[in-house]
Amino acid sequence: MSKRKSKETSSATEECISQVQRIFRERFCHQCPSGKLFGLELQYKHLLELLKRTTIHGESNSALIIGPRGSGKTMLLNHVLKELMEIKQVRENLLQVHLNGLLQTNDKIALKEITRQLQMENVVGDKVFGSFAENLSFLLEALKKGDRENSCPVLFILDEFDLFVHHKNQTLLYNLFDISQSAQTPVTIIGLTCRQDILELLEKRVKSRFSHRQIYLMNSFDFKQYLKIFKEQLYLPAEFSDKTFTQKWNKNVQSLSEDKTVQDVLRNHFHCSKDLRSLHMLLMLALSSITVSHPFMTGADLLEASKLCRMDSKANIVHGLSVLEICLIIAMKHLNDVYEGEPFNFQMVYNEFQKFIQRKAHSMYNFEKPVVMKAFEHLLQLELIKPVDGPSVRAQREYQLMKLLLDNSQIMDALQVYPNCPTDVKQWATSSLSWL
Amino acid sequence: MEIMSTRQQCKRIYSWVGREKRGILIKSERSVKEMCILVGEFVLVEGENADQPFVAKLLKLYEDGSQEKRAVVQWFSRISEVPLNKRKLLQREVSSQEIFLDKVPGYDTDINVEAIIRNVKVIPLAPEEAVPLRSHRKQIFFVKESWDGKCFKPLSPGLLSELKEEKKKKPESLSPSTDCQVFPLDFICSLKVETDRVTRSAMKTKNSQMEIESRHSSSKSSLSKERHSQRVANGIHTPGARKKLELNSPTKSKSKLTGCDVLELLSDDCDALEALEPSANKRKVTFTQILGSPPKISRTKDEPDSPQNNGGDWPKIVETIRISPYRRGQGSSLKAKNLGEKDDDTRHFNGRNEEEETEERARESRKRTKQAITSTSSCKSDTNLAEEEVLKTRSPVMTPRSHRKCVQKTTARIAEQLHFLNTSVPDEEDNYLPSTDSSDSSSSEEEESVVPCTPKRKIRSSVTLSTPKSLRKPSDTTPAKTTRKAPEPRTPKTPRNATPRIPIRKQATENPDNVLEEARLRLHVSAIPDSLPCREEEFQDIYNFVESKLIDGTGGCMYISGVPGTGKTATVHEVIRCLQQAAENDKLPSFQFIEINGMKLTDPRQAYVQILQLLTGQKVTAAHAAVLLAKLFCTPGPKRKTTVLIVDELDLLWTRKQDVMYNLFDWPSQKQAKLIILAIANTMDLPERIMMNRVASRLGLTRMSFQPYTYKQLQQIISSRLNHIKAFEEDAIQLVSRKVAALSGDARRCLDICRRSTEICEFSSQKTASQLVSMAHVMKAIDEMFSSPYINSIRNASLHEQMFLKAIIAEFRRSGLEEATVQQIYHQHVALCRIEGLQIPTVSEIMAVCSRLGACRFLLVESNNKYLHVRVRLNVSQDDVMYALKQE
Repeated sequence: MSKRKSKETSSATEECISQVQRIFRERFCHQCPSGKLFGLELQYKHLLELLKRTTIHGESNSALIIGPRGSGKTMLLNHVLKELMEIKQVRENLLQVHLNGLLQTNDKIALKEITRQLQMENVVGDKVFGSFAENLSFLLEALKKGDRENSCPVLFILDEFDLFVHHKNQTLLYNLFDISQSAQTPVTIIGLTCRQDILELLEKRVKSRFSHRQIYLMNSFDFKQYLKIFKEQLYLPAEFSDKTFTQKWNKNVQSLSEDKTVQDVLRNHFHCSKDLRSLHMLLMLALSSITVSHPFMTGADLLEASKLCRMDSKANIVHGLSVLEICLIIAMKHLNDVYEGEPFNFQMVYNEFQKFIQRKAHSMYNFEKPVVMKAFEHLLQLELIKPVDGPSVRAQREYQLMKLLLDNSQIMDALQVYPNCPTDVKQWATSSLSWL
Repeated sequence: MEIMSTRQQCKRIYSWVGREKRGILIKSERSVKEMCILVGEFVLVEGENADQPFVAKLLKLYEDGSQEKRAVVQWFSRISEVPLNKRKLLQREVSSQEIFLDKVPGYDTDINVEAIIRNVKVIPLAPEEAVPLRSHRKQIFFVKESWDGKCFKPLSPGLLSELKEEKKKKPESLSPSTDCQVFPLDFICSLKVETDRVTRSAMKTKNSQMEIESRHSSSKSSLSKERHSQRVANGIHTPGARKKLELNSPTKSKSKLTGCDVLELLSDDCDALEALEPSANKRKVTFTQILGSPPKISRTKDEPDSPQNNGGDWPKIVETIRISPYRRGQGSSLKAKNLGEKDDDTRHFNGRNEEEETEERARESRKRTKQAITSTSSCKSDTNLAEEEVLKTRSPVMTPRSHRKCVQKTTARIAEQLHFLNTSVPDEEDNYLPSTDSSDSSSSEEEESVVPCTPKRKIRSSVTLSTPKSLRKPSDTTPAKTTRKAPEPRTPKTPRNATPRIPIRKQATENPDNVLEEARLRLHVSAIPDSLPCREEEFQDIYNFVESKLIDGTGGCMYISGVPGTGKTATVHEVIRCLQQAAENDKLPSFQFIEINGMKLTDPRQAYVQILQLLTGQKVTAAHAAVLLAKLFCTPGPKRKTTVLIVDELDLLWTRKQDVMYNLFDWPSQKQAKLIILAIANTMDLPERIMMNRVASRLGLTRMSFQPYTYKQLQQIISSRLNHIKAFEEDAIQLVSRKVAALSGDARRCLDICRRSTEICEFSSQKTASQLVSMAHVMKAIDEMFSSPYINSIRNASLHEQMFLKAIIAEFRRSGLEEATVQQIYHQHVALCRIEGLQIPTVSEIMAVCSRLGACRFLLVESNNKYLHVRVRLNVSQDDVMYALKQE
């Protein structure tokens, strides 16, 4: 009886866990459109008012949303648009054109895309795929025909705005901004960019036509608020099916946020990067450790996740090297120390290695030169070393100049955790000059 | 296009007719065709738009000192030449075929003879007569009113009679001479129809004879192809079929004579191939003569009073119709070898060519036609058959595809109509009776004719049959066209000049409902102010420059420079607006205004395309456009208005060879160009900096530079825009002006700040109803727009990001260089972390921090995969970084 009961409860928690996983994955991977905005109320209001005026009063505007990556620029815009679309007057009037600097890499493609999104292709038939010049004059004519009272306002959203700046002559930007500053079809141009120097990139006449409305997103929260965001992100929604589980889960989250180790982990994370995407990454990793047998997140999970997050990728590679390859890297390290970071070649490394073998090594077997060469090339392939001049220079392989892409600290850290490292090799690594 | 291409391909030789220069003989090199134009005739004169040649009347021919052949003409204006705003004055729809006696002063009436393309038919109409609707027959014009640049006046009776008089006396001397290339063969038939109708209605102008003749004597072997392609290009695929339809109805009741004659002619045609040249020629002449008597005359001409008016002419005309065939035929055959009479020779030639062509076609199609006809209608008269055949001759050429369908339809209708005509032979009175309400009935019929249902049509036509014109109308007007077109397999392509537009909004825009919103609307850069304050001087200078050039009828360039937002383009547009107004009020000669913008072109050479399109509406490639424009501006053109061209953002037209700029500035220096260029750019020394000497020299020294606005001017601009709306405190306006004047003097910036201030004001004072924009609001707006974002963003960066910046500065100080590798900075960073007691980040974390800072452009990071050896620079001043980091 008791056995069956436990089975039932386990299947119930299994259900709960899978739901929890689904909810949080959606939340952390930004599939859920109703993510919360943190500390962006002012910007939100500004943008909302701006777009409302465009659609309701037919006022042309231009604005830039500037903020570092992961600061929620697109999310802010999507939230505003979502709210706008709930107003009937806006929904029926507003035309949207979404462009992305990574997709529309030149003005020609951008124009085609604009024409397509404004659904003017059918008006022009095959003409839309005419020449670039025709396309431009067509579009300009179309926008020129409109006026404030009668035309549908058009909202242009230029994602990765900084890439549009590099288009030839900034023709597209000039024309869009020019329309926004003249009595034509009401348009609003919203640019999203992470570059703080964006205004300096605009050509002077383009800049003059831009309204200089800039909305900055800054991640301007401190650690307390960060902790709060952490909690918000981990709370289960009230409409979760299993109420008791929700209660337990939320209580656990609350206690987590008060836990010292968790706070330390979060603080370290916060110091490194403030953007919420990296927090999501951390939580995602922690979430993956949740199973039926381990239904609630613990501080250890977070610690583990944080370790995974801040793992050093190059040092990790060193863990998997053979002893010979480690020896070569140590030789390179010594060369770097002696020659103060000057590039080296295979022959120098081989000589250094030979010296070690002859004088200090007790456990090392003296490898043939071609074998050492092979190991060296393996390091090259792993990009632990890199040729200085690039592969095109036709020097003999032994004498091609190389640079080590590892810092001393990385090498030492890696050696500490390297399994079964011979002691003489370890000693050699620490005392570069002692063997003399 | 057609005309132009033919004209370009073949050189034409112009020579006088007779010693006393009675006319000119135009001989085309490529073909054997010749045409003769006599003084007093109407001609088409080559203009800038090849599709729309000018219409003029040849008054006098002479030769000037340099043996150049000149002509004096009386111009006529097409409706498209009348300024848009003046067209309203007419208060009616004007067909494209109506022209106006041009009394606008200032046009050069002395033209080069070589600009004359060919002659054309112009029918003067009395004021009470309406212009007939003949959309498909472009080569006839109607003149009814005169146009003097200010208003339209009906032609004075004297003038009208003079025009008509001239027409009357023409046939003797002119009829054999004329030539018309573009006339489709089917015109013959329709003309005949008209002729008959007109004969019955007893009102026509005599001159028509010669005109009609001129129509068909023209065609030559290659013409059919040209016409065909023209038609295809125009998208009209079934004119032949349509024509047939028109024809049949009225032919029925026509006088026997014509019918028989035609029949005769056609039977002659059958063996025309074997026929000798003179006989062919002869036939041709008689043929045309018969058909040619009276031209098409509008149904509206059938107004009740007109028969009485023109009644006197009636017998005469009938006479000519009957007599002329014989007389003409004899005359021509007799004179055929007479070299002195070149006119006849011309006709001779053309006539033969056409004849042969026609006959070939006629033979081909005859069999089919006959079958079709016999199968559908047994009661068809000979006349009809004959006509049908004439028509048929065209159809295979024009639309081979629609041929069969057309034949069937046509014959069916012929049968029907024949039937009605036979049953109800109308008497003369009936013809005129319904004319007063003809427009109504015809319009209703237009609708009905769309319905393909035959029975209905029958009833309809039997009712209205008494008025031949109303019968004709449905086939003539657009609805008929569409019905015809509809079954065609080829769906018409979207019109080439589809007018693009943004959809119309469903809800109306809301109007501002408080002072601040009102102010915001007025302060928007797009709002067009009533006047442009603070640019009076510049305005006056530019105005005077353009005005003087306009009055002199010469060309010139002016270079206008100034930093962005100083009102260059606005001022120039204002000048143009004023000039246009002055021209409208007749204080200045009228001019054409076009504008191009370097930034709105994808390529400098697109400037040619745009200019040509704005000037003439043609769409050609850049290279071709350059040639056409050069021709336009460098050769003396008749009737040319001065063109004012604004070239905005001139520096964008720069090319390596600078050919675009060179041409632009070279044209105004041509004597005949009459081109005034106002070039606008940002830099004052553009001519010296980027232009070659020869370009800069042509630009000339007429320069003007717009200084940035001073704060007082900006203040004035804001105040004038606000126009007594009390939304700003005085001090606030002054603050904005001073700030902007100190920064750039850009009026756009000024207005934007004001607009933003109103928003801030509105936002902050949502409870207290209306408030003035104060200094604080303006300060906030200025801060938002101009404060450097760096310091604030650095303060909001994460701790390690800040520390990385510190490490960079420390490393710079250590090395004394402004550049460091990540590895070096990493060591510094680690040291700093040790001091602060922070957890030491891994290299991967540091790399992430570095790339984040690089993405925001606090740092300039080398973009390669050198990992630790990537070099880094600061993109912000060290002081800024220190300042931002210190304050914590």
